[in-house]
Amino acid sequence: MGGPVIEAKGLGLTFETRDGPVHALKDVDLAVGKGDFVSFIGPSGCGKTTFLRCVAALEHPTAGTLTVNGTTPDEARRARAYGYVFQAAGLYPWRTIAGNVRLPLEIMGMSRAEQEERVARVLELVDLAGFGRKYPWQLSGGMQQRASIARALAFDADILLMDEPFGALDEIVRDRLNEELLKLWDRTGKTIGFVTHSIPEAVYLSTRIVVMSPRPGRITDVIESPLPRDRPLDIRDTPEFLEVAHRVREGLRAGHAYDA
Amino acid sequence: MSWIAGALAFWGLAWWANLRLAAMPGTRATRFAVPALFGVTVLVLWEGVVRGLDVPGVILPPPSAIAERFAASLPILWTDFVQTFVKGALSGYAIGCGAAFLTAILIDRSPFLQRGLLPVGNFVAALPIVGTAPILVMWFGFDWQSKAAVVVAMVFFPVLVNTVEGLSAATAMQRDLMRTWSASYWQTLLRLRLPAALPFVFNGLKISTTLALIGAIVAEFFGSPIKGMGFRISTEVGRLALDMVWAEITVAAIAGSAFYGLVAAIEKGVTFWHPSQRG
Amino acid sequence: MPRVPRGAGMTRSILPVLTVVAAIVALWYAAAFAMNQQWTRDQAARAGTEPTLAQIAADTMSQERPKLPAPHQVAAELWDTTVAKRVTSKRSLVYHGWITLSATLLGFAIGTGLGILLAVGIVHNRAMDMSVMPWAIASQTIPILAIAPMIIVVLNSVGISGLLPKAVISAYLSFFPVVVGMVKGLRSPDAMQLDLLSTYNADRWQTFWKLRLPASMPYLFTSLKVGVAASLVGAIVGELPTGAVAGLGARLLAGSYYGQTVQIWSALLGAAVLAAALVGLIGLAQRLTLAAMGMNR
Repeated sequence: MGGPVIEAKGLGLTFETRDGPVHALKDVDLAVGKGDFVSFIGPSGCGKTTFLRCVAALEHPTAGTLTVNGTTPDEARRARAYGYVFQAAGLYPWRTIAGNVRLPLEIMGMSRAEQEERVARVLELVDLAGFGRKYPWQLSGGMQQRASIARALAFDADILLMDEPFGALDEIVRDRLNEELLKLWDRTGKTIGFVTHSIPEAVYLSTRIVVMSPRPGRITDVIESPLPRDRPLDIRDTPEFLEVAHRVREGLRAGHAYDA
Repeated sequence: MSWIAGALAFWGLAWWANLRLAAMPGTRATRFAVPALFGVTVLVLWEGVVRGLDVPGVILPPPSAIAERFAASLPILWTDFVQTFVKGALSGYAIGCGAAFLTAILIDRSPFLQRGLLPVGNFVAALPIVGTAPILVMWFGFDWQSKAAVVVAMVFFPVLVNTVEGLSAATAMQRDLMRTWSASYWQTLLRLRLPAALPFVFNGLKISTTLALIGAIVAEFFGSPIKGMGFRISTEVGRLALDMVWAEITVAAIAGSAFYGLVAAIEKGVTFWHPSQRG
Repeated sequence: MPRVPRGAGMTRSILPVLTVVAAIVALWYAAAFAMNQQWTRDQAARAGTEPTLAQIAADTMSQERPKLPAPHQVAAELWDTTVAKRVTSKRSLVYHGWITLSATLLGFAIGTGLGILLAVGIVHNRAMDMSVMPWAIASQTIPILAIAPMIIVVLNSVGISGLLPKAVISAYLSFFPVVVGMVKGLRSPDAMQLDLLSTYNADRWQTFWKLRLPASMPYLFTSLKVGVAASLVGAIVGELPTGAVAGLGARLLAGSYYGQTVQIWSALLGAAVLAAALVGLIGLAQRLTLAAMGMNR
């Protein structure tokens, strides 16, 4: 098995702007093990999305080191080691749902038969079987986001990076998708990095919660969740849950998240 | 006099009918009937006033005389149509749009060239390109080739500008997604950016249908073999045979709107997914 | 946090634009050499001489009736017919430009005025909307310019000649783009804004002056740019049918009849400069108006 799946040491990312340098990330140390579900939470500008994008090789750090699967993020990207889910589904309106899920597989050059098999499998996984022939605009926001997750799962990458995937959805749909995501994680054993604004969501989903704060973007607290792996939605009303949520809030306060 | 009275009566009736139709809830039928009725009214008024006031045919012939001349001149009208529209406008359109599209893709990888060409392109698109007709006639001769050349000059920059704009339509997020799959430049271009660009490309193509026909006709005002819509219009105008001129204009109007309609229909089929097509 | 690019805006475009323009001029010279040399060689063959490449090159750059005049020839002709001539001389490009410009401006003013009025009517009267708008939109697909010769000749035969017929064509060409654009603009306020005004019990005219008209400004200016360019083309084409002797179109026609290529090119460039100036002026008016209204981004 070997070392951590994602390892950051002294990671830093500084932008030069007209108003001076912006420290999006500073001195970030983190190790994510295989099968972890790690949430990143913090206010705008704390660097959580930037960190995820660095892991995905969509941004390049200006200080420190970052390895993914033991290699550089760029090499991991070229090896198609992870699936990425954005806040918006970003489905192509000129392709059906099945066509959209098939897209990365076409790019990776898989055979038609294999594409069909994988598409059917992941649509089943996100409970969208039978919607393959529909077009994105015919589906609700929640269903579109499920299709986007299916697309990220289609090529069996071990890592799943999700940037506020449920942020644009209403709470009821969000709860349902949270549950489904946990079941998915349980079945597939992937390593998941999840960025969110929502404290309950972070506490509910993760094995570990990384609390970040801005100016400069840094980690203020890493909380190992004591909650059991098997979590029905009701667990959110238990005292253990509330305690973890409290700890997260304290971490945010310490990082001045609630200051104006 | 009875002509005028009849025309005015029809006008009044049609106006009243249109007011009633417009007050009804809008259906496809009423949306078609109202402008159609308006158009017919214009024709009836035209006929009535011209006949009633005995307007000389060298000033304004009545629609009935035009229709008569039209029916009697079908072979000539057809020859002119082929010369101007098929040979001049269509070939120029195909070459011009094709060249512009390819150029847009060629300069896609060079933001430097794009920043340089686009302002120049926008500038050129506003110029009276029909003025290049005499020069192009000098280079390519009197026949349809020079007209096609004028059309190429007229449609190139609108299509180029629209295509370049379309190629930037894919959002940053979608392009990032392509990077996470390690897609190559060409895969990203073919699977994401070109489909996303199509609404813009078709906008340029539609504008260019009108420009093509105008270019071909006006270029013929500067010199043409003894056929072609522009040629016919200018010579028949010189002979004051205005009914023939109007017949040619009718052909031009039909050709222009049919060409535009065809491109719009193709657009609807190809970009069925765009919000503007979904209504 | 988004990265802010250094030197954003127009300064970034100047170098690329200059490069492209320089490349065009260079290509122009090369093309002039390529296209004019046949004539040079023919003349030399007739005279029995064998010119060197340098001699050919020099000749192609200074022919009297070149297939493609060199940039400096056009520039010289432009200088000659604008700065070096009295403005009232019949050889002055400024004189001809003014003839065309006056027809353009008159026609543009009429077309725009009528267009705005019709647009207001369309937006406020459903019957007018349903009967006229489809024709306004359809007319953009019809090559209206083909009517130009007829209008000139017909008006001439009832005694109206000179400036007015050309202005009529110009008016017609700017009319429809202005109608379509203005209607779009007057209809641009969304339902929420219109609802707000009705909670103030505003009547149609108050809504028009306070909401619709200001909201339509960006759309109006866009169609004005299209309209003024179309008006200029209309005025030029209007000078062709009767073989007019004054105006840029007339210069184009005369140049093409007598094979005076340099004259054609300078008339064309004069028209181009005029078009650019007109569109630029409207752009300036647009910036000033929108800035005064606080609508500049």
